[in-house]
Amino acid sequence: MPRYLRNLIIALILLAVLYVLDIVFQGRTISPYFSRILMLSGIAITLAVSLNLINGFTGQFSIGHAGFMAVGAYSSAYFSVSYGANLAATLGNGKLGWLVALGIATLIGALVAGLAGLVVGVPSLRLKGDYLAIVTLGFGQIIVVFLNNIEAVGGARGYSGIPIVKSFFWIFLIAILTIVIVYNIVNSAFGRALISIREDELAAEAMGVNTTRYKVMAFVISSAMAGAGGVLLAHFDGYLNPKSFEFIKSFEILIMIILGGLGSIVGSVLGAILLTVLPEALRGFAEYRMVIYSLLLIILMITRPQGLLGKTAAFKGWRARRKAKSRTAAEEILAEDRRNGVTVDKATLGERQSETSLGEGDDK
Amino acid sequence: MSTFLQQLINGISLGAIYSLIALGYTMVYGVLKLINFAHGDVYMVGAFMGYYLANGLGARGAQAIGMSGEGLVARGLLGSGTMEPSLITALVVMLLAMAICAALGVIIERFAYRPVRKYSRLTALITAIGVSLLLENGGQVVFGADPKFFPELFKKRNIELFGGASINSADIIVLVIAIALMIALQIVVFRTKTGRAMRAVSFNLQSAKLMGINTDRIIMFTFALGSALAAAAGVLVAIRIPRIDPLMGILVGLKAFVAAVLGGIGNIPGAVLGGLLIGITETMVVGYLSPTYKDAVAFAILILILLFRPSGLLGSVAQEKV
Repeated sequence: MPRYLRNLIIALILLAVLYVLDIVFQGRTISPYFSRILMLSGIAITLAVSLNLINGFTGQFSIGHAGFMAVGAYSSAYFSVSYGANLAATLGNGKLGWLVALGIATLIGALVAGLAGLVVGVPSLRLKGDYLAIVTLGFGQIIVVFLNNIEAVGGARGYSGIPIVKSFFWIFLIAILTIVIVYNIVNSAFGRALISIREDELAAEAMGVNTTRYKVMAFVISSAMAGAGGVLLAHFDGYLNPKSFEFIKSFEILIMIILGGLGSIVGSVLGAILLTVLPEALRGFAEYRMVIYSLLLIILMITRPQGLLGKTAAFKGWRARRKAKSRTAAEEILAEDRRNGVTVDKATLGERQSETSLGEGDDK
Repeated sequence: MSTFLQQLINGISLGAIYSLIALGYTMVYGVLKLINFAHGDVYMVGAFMGYYLANGLGARGAQAIGMSGEGLVARGLLGSGTMEPSLITALVVMLLAMAICAALGVIIERFAYRPVRKYSRLTALITAIGVSLLLENGGQVVFGADPKFFPELFKKRNIELFGGASINSADIIVLVIAIALMIALQIVVFRTKTGRAMRAVSFNLQSAKLMGINTDRIIMFTFALGSALAAAAGVLVAIRIPRIDPLMGILVGLKAFVAAVLGGIGNIPGAVLGGLLIGITETMVVGYLSPTYKDAVAFAILILILLFRPSGLLGSVAQEKV
């Protein structure tokens, strides 16, 4: 069977399954509370997987994701309020009409968010590490401040009256599309270029990878998908408030991908679901809920820093194991001492030598 | 002219507070290369410790805490506090709050940051976010989510200046205390053995270790120092604007961090300069443009600076070596 035919069949089956599930969720057989959490998880998956493309696979630490989500949410909501409702009405106000209107809204949201990503990404991706993180955080905050001041979308009062389209079908279609897009990018030449940037930017550049261009491309795609996630959220509750897109939201998405494991799509999906469900599961603890949540986060970081399914970390673990095989004599003594309960400072035996040899402190 | 002068005075007073917090960020970043997101929340805890200490010492007006604005005035006048408001009270409250927060900083470092130090910096960053969330949410549980009103620790009055501007005595005291603390910090970092060790650790942790410096202790000390400064800032802010709540540290902390990056992170005079710049620009925007944009200003400046001079105003440019 040709590959495209196989893919087409898989796609059709998926669509059918989604459609059936959509009908199931339209009915009252499933509690609205449960279906709400499920759909919110779907939106979270879109956001987490898209952030993983830039943070996990490209290694560019962005913490302004909620800003792009806000751009997508607001631009699409503005479209839906001004034109979408009319469009759906002319198409008969049925389910199909709304799907078309929502589809156009999603495209608009993703495009505008992608554009915002381009505007933010071109200057800021010249920076690295913490500086990039802070600049993206700054842009995210600036977007929120501007949204607070645009009266056409309600300003600080929030934007209400957005048509509500709670569609299981649409939310999970976008989530699956995001996963497929990111998966295909990662497993292509483009994705290998991105991963090479993550592993060693200088080496990638020396190998002829146009790092700036690739980084900006990944950033724009990631922002556009975050925008699509924002579109879903805007039409889920029918109300938007700039407050909900502050940096704390960016952190939440970031925690999802770190928890799941950077550079792992399955991990991001798991992290997104876990972080949507966990606060709900802790609801029984009332006001202690968020305290427990933050404590769990700290404990998880201490006990499992690579996240649940981290590829990068697994790779590092493999490297560490290989390093362990070729231990030097000094390290053997150190290990011996440790077994005997003698505490020796690791650093004094140059255990970190292999790490620093690429950086400072090793001028031959 | 008088508006300008007035805004400049307000800006310097606000900037001095940003500077105090920025110093903690910059010192921790200097030794650990960690953005300590919980630092802004330590500042919040400092303000609350000041509030409880002032109450415990029986400061005047303390009975009215938690009342509405009018209630505050009405009860505050009737307050039967045992202690006269004075500068000494303010200093005692501040020093005690600093001590408590120094201990808090050490606890955070010991139980949250030290275990993740051996992992990647990203893990440490997420842990910092976790600690920040813990302090914010824990603060809401322990202190209550409603804003509280800080008792008046000393009599405030306005002093008329030339050109129609006036300066509040609280502003002067805030500024004097802030400058005194910065000088004290300068002495600790550049004139003591521990300070020398701190600088060595921030220069190169591994080498400092090899030279026999107990890096764990130095890192702990850095956290204690930074947290104490944040607590001082918390009490000083509460003296200026006596409304405190468990989420007050988020935005201020973020701006103080921006100030630290602006001046060149890891650089102590840079943090002070950055703090003052952010404070002054912010009040100028409030005075001349629109108060609604004041939160965007700090970030806009930051972005411009980073794009044209990524190492900050006073930071040194690090060349990447292969």
